[in-house]
Order: sequence, then structure tokens, then C-alpha cells
Amino acid sequence: MAETLFDLAIIGAGVTGSSIAYQLSAYDTKVVVLEKMEDISFGVTKANSGIIHAGFHHKPDSLKAHLEIQGNLMYDELKQTLDFPFKRVGILVAAFNYEEMKMVEKLYHQGVENNVPRIEIVSRERILDLEPKLSQDVVGGLYAPTGGIIEPYRFVFALMESALKNGVELRRNFMVSQCKQKDGVFTILSADNQAVRARRVVNAAGLYSDEVSRIFKAEEFQIIPRKGEEYLLERNASGFPRHVIFPVPVKNSKGVLVIPTVEGTMMIGPTAEEIDDKEDFSTTRDNLERVFTLAMKMVPMISKKEIITSFAGLRPAMKGNDFLIKISDKTPHFIQAAAIQSPGLTAAPAIGLYVLDLLKQDGMELVKKIDHDPKLEKKPMIREFDFSDADKLISDDRRYGNIVCRCENVSEAEIIEAIKNGHHTLDGIKFYTRAGMGRCQGGFCAYKIIKILMRETGKSAYQLTKRGGNSFLLSHQLGEGKVDTPS
Amino acid sequence: MIEKKYHSIVIGGGAAGLSAAYEISKSGFSVALIEREESLGGILMQCIHNGFGLQEYKEELTGPEYAERAIAKMAGSGVEIITSTTVSDLIDENGTKTAHCYSAVHGALKLGADTIVLAMGCRERNRGNIGTAGTRPAGIFTAGSAQRLINIEGFIPGKRVVIIGSGDIGLIMARRMTWVGAKVLAVVEILPYASGLTRNITQCLNDFNIPLYTSHIVSRIYGHDRVEKVDITPLVDGAPQDEDTFSIECDTILLSVGLIPENELSCKIGVEINQDTKGPYVHSNYMTNVKGVFACGNVLHVHDIVDFVTEEARRCAVNVVDYLRRKILPTEFRIQPGANVIYLVPNHYVPGEEINLYLRTFIVKNNAQLIVETSDKVVLEKKLLHVRPSEMIKVRIGEKDLARLSADEFKDLKVSIV
Ligand SMILES: Cc1cc2nc3c(=O)[nH]c(=O)nc-3n(C[C@H](O)[C@H](O)[C@H](O)COP(=O)(O)OP(=O)(O)OC[C@H]3O[C@@H](n4cnc5c(N)ncnc54)[C@H](O)[C@@H]3O)c2cc1C
Ligand SMILES: Cc1cc2nc3c(=O)[nH]c(=O)nc-3n(C[C@H](O)[C@H](O)[C@H](O)COP(=O)(O)OP(=O)(O)OC[C@H]3O[C@@H](n4cnc5c(N)ncnc54)[C@H](O)[C@@H]3O)c2cc1C
Repeated sequence: MAETLFDLAIIGAGVTGSSIAYQLSAYDTKVVVLEKMEDISFGVTKANSGIIHAGFHHKPDSLKAHLEIQGNLMYDELKQTLDFPFKRVGILVAAFNYEEMKMVEKLYHQGVENNVPRIEIVSRERILDLEPKLSQDVVGGLYAPTGGIIEPYRFVFALMESALKNGVELRRNFMVSQCKQKDGVFTILSADNQAVRARRVVNAAGLYSDEVSRIFKAEEFQIIPRKGEEYLLERNASGFPRHVIFPVPVKNSKGVLVIPTVEGTMMIGPTAEEIDDKEDFSTTRDNLERVFTLAMKMVPMISKKEIITSFAGLRPAMKGNDFLIKISDKTPHFIQAAAIQSPGLTAAPAIGLYVLDLLKQDGMELVKKIDHDPKLEKKPMIREFDFSDADKLISDDRRYGNIVCRCENVSEAEIIEAIKNGHHTLDGIKFYTRAGMGRCQGGFCAYKIIKILMRETGKSAYQLTKRGGNSFLLSHQLGEGKVDTPS
Repeated sequence: MIEKKYHSIVIGGGAAGLSAAYEISKSGFSVALIEREESLGGILMQCIHNGFGLQEYKEELTGPEYAERAIAKMAGSGVEIITSTTVSDLIDENGTKTAHCYSAVHGALKLGADTIVLAMGCRERNRGNIGTAGTRPAGIFTAGSAQRLINIEGFIPGKRVVIIGSGDIGLIMARRMTWVGAKVLAVVEILPYASGLTRNITQCLNDFNIPLYTSHIVSRIYGHDRVEKVDITPLVDGAPQDEDTFSIECDTILLSVGLIPENELSCKIGVEINQDTKGPYVHSNYMTNVKGVFACGNVLHVHDIVDFVTEEARRCAVNVVDYLRRKILPTEFRIQPGANVIYLVPNHYVPGEEINLYLRTFIVKNNAQLIVETSDKVVLEKKLLHVRPSEMIKVRIGEKDLARLSADEFKDLKVSIV
């Protein structure tokens, strides 16, 4: 069979790859995104602090600082077009002594140099007025009103939906493992021997961008995972702040933060710990204690009793701590968008534009599509509906009246919408709809979602997974032949 | 949009809601019973084991059988039953309460009432709530959700099982998992004693040779895709003995680590929550701090025996009826937890009127003494053969006992267990 020859293959469907795909979808080119996992956004992008940084943390001469501030400024327009949860709640840095105030001054000047809008140094009185839940021990701090919070996976789903709508293709479960280059064409092979041909390749493989670079015989570098543990607290948590609260940063880390999430839960974290294993997502008791101690120093009302879940994410860091975004010096037509550690989420929209430029420099012919239509229609969610309008919504589609997830108020219609958009795992549905993200963590709704998934996809119960691979949810069905769970 | 008015709306069609709705309507008041699921019965429907109804019906029934009896009474009772309908918001405007509901069958409903009975039951504490370290693979279930998966849906969660917590649901699931062919490798309990009923330890663990590790914790969970292993660490005086940690290979973890009353909806109408029960504070008549809003069953405090739920709901209903007739709350005094008492319900009493108290204690003790007293007089002393935290204690303080107090001696009561 004559395979399509793509103009571009993007490896990795995290926020980096998806932002690049989104930018490219405005042009008349054939683009494919290759993702090794069962769903998109399942890599680093699903497990982070969800903050759109204001842009005062990094030195003005770094690529990071430049893309961070540019990325931040692009979010309002993106939200208009793509409708994902994002709010500019503002960022506070809280200082607890004179030395820390000195550091705040430094951050302020760095912010001014980076062109962070409306950044200010605040007195004790002003910071307590802005954030009454802060500890009385605070002495002052920094305020950056343009900082924001986001649901990263929902942003990526939206980017990809828009890209797909405009002709980009997506292959899930495609783990890039080999490559041949001949006559200016890459033949990219997956672990299970599927092939995709493309003229150019972008490496946006996150934690594995070093390995992908090696597969393409491009730059040699090493990704050193830096683990961050985060703890989620329930809705209406007693310590829920108005702003994102940072401590004064220490080397290599912005410290443990107190974060209001866009959807009303609350998060504290992350830790920062260099590790060897790129698949180690475990959390520890010691770090739980540490995170709470640090967070409670800033906001004493935070309570451990309100934890609903925890998780860990790995920052794909590289020596030198900057992003690696460039046209490869070694492999022609291979573009690196690698080592995108923090603030990768913030920078992603700008990385998309930056890579677009690199592709132009590399000679890619980019002509705007005349019929490009990036806008996504707002999808109804029962929890966002005004009660007086809900009757109409439900009479149009009864399934909006069936509340499947009671903690987060998610209806059957929303679950089905997720499934229709290709999210066929319990976690995929959770990230898309929030079902299972609340206080009971799926205790009440998992079985309901399992049944809807079976009905909508025709799969049997024991084929369903939490997040692809061998993460099977159930062993077998009563009365059916037993099917082995993985050992 | 459907809009209707009732004397009373009962939210939740489990044992509590069924009993309350029936009793209120018996007195001639209009009642709507709202249940989110397609059928009534609540948590009972998944408890297919025996042991329900010994007090109410003087016979041993399964959960569904117990529920059936309560549901059968509804026919011809005049209660309007609205199933497949979730109450999502409660609003109080000048004494009239409005429930906003969503339903795939009825659309959006706006139901008004003079009184509301909260009977929403409880949810299970989960892994995040107990902060177990390790990875987050598939194969971790709360015991109640596993019970639902097996008993109602017919799905088997896994084959090699470790159960965290020795509450009754965990114990019952140990036996249930064994019956469906799984191997239960351990029940791990942080306390020095099992928290479930003694009969369940015998019938669900000992009879199947399932090891119970008391004073142990699951200290870490392993597995990338699906659960692969747990570490178990013994405790001495509450401190983990890391060097004595051992591992068990398993593919499934069930958590039976406590229940929490579901009061998010109650809070929307301003109901004040007691942090010891996680349920509302209630007056002697089961009314919360919000006038006309009552609570009973697991939403008020977690019960271990359904018969007490039915009984409590009935008593609550009698008071709802009384309130509907008179709309006044008599003068009352507080009842406060004294020595070794975790909590008690209700939190108030009316001078001279019989008090039916439910309480839990912090201590494990044989031949304990229950003392009810004011600051200067003992009202009641009672011997209790055996007390422990997991078994709810029920005491009746009769009019005779209260007669020990003369009219001017009524004041706040304190209840202790020593
Ligand atoms: C704890 C923590 C907190 C953070 N907080 C913030 C924050 O608040 N604000 C912020 O701006 N940034 C934050 N970051 C950084 C941000 O999360 C990352 O920079 C960003 O998500 C990286 O996205 P990515 O697309 O490059 O990588 P990923 O999301 O990992 O995407 C790479 C994708 O490539 C796929 N892939 C890998 N190898 C292959 C292969 N061989 N074949 C096919 N596909 C492959 C992976 O499966 C993955 O889906 C944080 C990071 C962490 C860990
Ligand atoms: C898993 C488990 C096992 C048990 N085992 C035993 C046993 O062996 N023996 C024994 O005697 N007792 C047992 N009990 C105790 C006893 O059965 C329960 O305490 C009792 O059934 C609880 O009744 P309830 O009505 O308070 O709550 P539930 O039965 O939980 O009923 C609450 C109902 O409210 C509905 N609801 C909640 N919120 C809303 C809303 N917003 N809108 C509409 N509807 C709503 C729910 O769907 C549910 O049907 C067990 C309890 C549990 C939880």
C-alpha cells in the first residue's frame, strides 16, 4: 500500500507537540503526530502544577525566559479560540525575612527586564490584603497579576481537536523506535512495525527526547528526570487561596507552591528531586510531610485531612537547564523541541511559533490555508449551565440529565463526548470530563463509566484500561472465561 | 421545567430516606422521595450477605431483602417517588426550600418544600485520604466499589488481593473475593485490633484462613500499569519498624478505611457540620441549624447496623411531622461528649422528654460504665459489657431517669464512658 508521504511528523503529543501541530494546522501541509501512548497528554503534560508563569523566574538571556513571557501573553487569545479552563488569578511570592525580601527585589528587576506586565513589590499590608490566608509572619513580597492557572490536559485536548479538525493526523499507540532516511524522506517505524513516511521530523518527545534524538542520529544529550510530587486537596479546602503563592525560590527550583486550581480544587507541591528512572512516578511519605510543612508555613490553614489524591511528574531536564529548540546540526530536516522542562506549559504556544519559524528557515514551504478554522465550539457541561437553561439542554439530549460523577457533576452526555473524541481509557475520560477527579476519586462512578465505555466502544469489561498498556481495570466477568490480569 | 411543592422533600432513597418518607406521609403530609439511581434501596442493594434486620424484623435478611420490605411499604403510601434524579442544589428563601434537580427522565426539576430531610448516605475514604506512598496503578479499589462491581455488575476486580483496613465492608469483601475465586493474601489493619464486628472476623477471615495483620500498615504500593506488590510494615507504639518491612505480591488492593457522610449538598443550604462526625449538628428533633432541614442515617453519622438507621429515620420523621404542625422548637439543652466519647447524636435534648442517644467511644473495654450527668447530678449510670470504637452504642435515657432532675435542675448533659 502506498503510504501517505507527510511533510512533517511530530513525535510526541504533549503540550509541546500539540502546540506545534496547532500552529501547523493553519498551513497547507500534511502533518502527522505520533504518540506512543493510548491517549495524548499522558506524558509530562498531565502531571505538573498547571501554572502559566508570569515570567520573572528566569534570566533574561535564556531561551526559556523569552518563550515563557511570549507564551504567557498568547493565552487569552487561545482561550477565546479553543475554550479551555484558564484564569489569570495572579502570582504572589511571599517573603518571610529581610534576606528573602532582597531576593524579591532581584526577581522584580529580572521581571522588569523580561517585560513582565504590571509586576510590583508589595508590602506586608498589601500582600495580606491581597491574600488574607497568608501567614501573619509574611514580611512582604512580589505580585505579578498576569500569572495564571490552567488545566493542562484540557488545553492539549483542545489544541489537538482544533488541529485534527484542520487536517492534521494523529496516530496513538505509535512508539517511534527506528528510522531510515533515504532520498530526503524519513521512514519512521514503530515498535510494532507500523511505518510512517515524512520529509521532516520534530522531536517533541519530552522525557524521551534524548532517545528519539539518538534514533534519528541527531544531537547526543541526556535527559535527567527531575521528579515533582504534588498533593491535591478537595473542593472548598480551608486553605484555598485567591492567587498562586510561591515561596522565594532556591536554586533549580521554584519551591513548593500553594495553588488554587481552575476547577476549584487545590494543589500543593511540587518537590524537586533528580532521579534515574524515567518511569518512577511514586510518591513518598517523607515528601508528603515535607510538602505540607513548607506549604503550611505560607498558608497555615492548609489541612492534611483534605487530601484527595497525590501524583508525581518528571521534568525532562537537561544539563544547562535550558530548552533545546533548534534545527539539528547533525541530521538534516530534523528539528529538536526537546528538554522542555518547566516552564514548558507556559512557553508552549510560543514554542509552537518558534518551531514554525525554524521549519521556514529549514526550507519548508508554508502557505496559509484559506479555509483554516481553528475555533472550537463550546461544549455544554452541566456544571457550567445556569439551572434555568438546563431544562432545554436536557430535553434536547436526555443524557445531560443523567449525572454520572456526583462529586464533579459530570453527565453521561459529557462522557460520551469524550469517548467520541477518542478518549477510551478511564484516565482519558477523567482528564477530558473531570469524572472521577473529585473527593471520592471514582469510587461511585468508575463502574458507571466502565458500562458506558462498554456500550459505546463494544469492548468487553476486561479489555478496558486505566491508561492503556497493561493497566487493566478488571480481571474478568462473572460467568465468563477468566482472562489473565498481567503479572 | 417541572415545578412542584410538597410539605417535605426527602433526599436519598436508602434505608434512611425510605423510612423517613413513609413515616411523614403516614401523617397525611405530601412527600417527595428523590433518588439519583434508577432504583431505591441505596447501599443495601449491594450487600447481598446476611445480617440485616435482626432488630427491625427479628430475622436475618440480606441487604436487598431488607430494602425490599421498606420499598414494599411505599406502594400506596402516597409518597411521590422520583428516581433517576439527582439533587444538585438546595436553596432557602424566607423559609421555603427549593431543590434543584437533574434527571434524564424528567429534565430539570424545581421542587419546593417546607421541610427537607437529608438522607444522602456516605462515601468511602480512599487511598488519597490515607496518603499511602508509592505508585498509582490500576487495581486499587475501595471495598464498597468492589462490592458493587461484583455483586451488581458481575465484574471481578482481580485475583491476588490485599485488603487495607479491617472495617466490616473489608471483611465481608475478603470472603466475597474468596468465593469468586480470588486469593486474599492479607488484611492489614493499622490499629492493634480489628475494627469490624467480631462475627465478621470469625466468618469472613478465620473460616477462610485469611491472615489479619493488626498494628501493620501498607507502607508502599508498587506497579506501573497494574498493582504488582505492596510493602507491609509493622508498628510498635504507632512507630513504623522499617527494618521489619515485608512484601506481598498482588494485583489488587481493596481499601476499607472508613466512611464519610456526604454533606456537600447540605453545606449548600448552610448546614453546619460537626467535624467529629462529618455530619450536621442536630437538635433533639434531628433538625440541623437550618430551620426546617433535618438529617438522618449515614449522612448524619456513619452507622454499622441498618436497623438503627431505620429507627433513627423514623424518629426524625416524627419530629418533621411535629415541626410541620407546630413550627416551633421547644427550649432545649445541649448534650456534650464527656470522657472517652468521640461523638454523640443528637446534640440537644428537651427537658423531661425521653432521649435516644447514639454514640461512639475512643476506648476498647470490657465492663465499661456509661455515665450521664449534669454538672451537679448523675442522671443515669449503665454497665456496658463491651465497648470499642467501631461499634456504635445506643442508649435510651427515659423519662424516669430524667425525673431525677427537678424542673430547675435541667441543664447541659455530659455523657462519659469509663
Ligand atoms: C512537577 C512538575 C510541575 C510543573 N509545573 C509547571 C508549571 O506550573 N508551569 C509550566 O509552565 N510548566 C510546568 N512544568 C513543565 C511542563 O509540565 C513541561 O515542560 C511540559 O509538560 C512538557 O511537555 P512536552 O510536550 O515537551 O512533554 P510531554 O508531555 O512528556 O510529551 C512528550 C510526549 O512524547 C511521547 N513520546 C515519548 N517518546 C516517544 C516515542 N518514542 N514515540 C512516540 N511518542 C513518544 C510521550 O508519550 C509524551 O506524550 C512542570 C513539570 C513538572 C514535572
Ligand atoms: C458498604 C456497606 C456495607 C454495610 N454492611 C452492613 C451489614 O452487613 N449489616 C448492617 O446491618 N448494616 C450494614 N451497613 C450499614 C447500613 O446498611 C447502612 O448504614 C444503611 O443502609 C445506610 O442507609 P442510608 O439511607 O443512610 O444511606 P444509603 O443507603 O447510602 O442511601 C443514600 C441514598 O441517597 C442517594 N443520594 C445521595 N445523594 C443524592 C442526591 N444529591 N440526590 C439524590 N439522591 C441522592 C444515594 O444514591 C443513595 O441511594 C453497611 C453499610 C455500607 C456502606
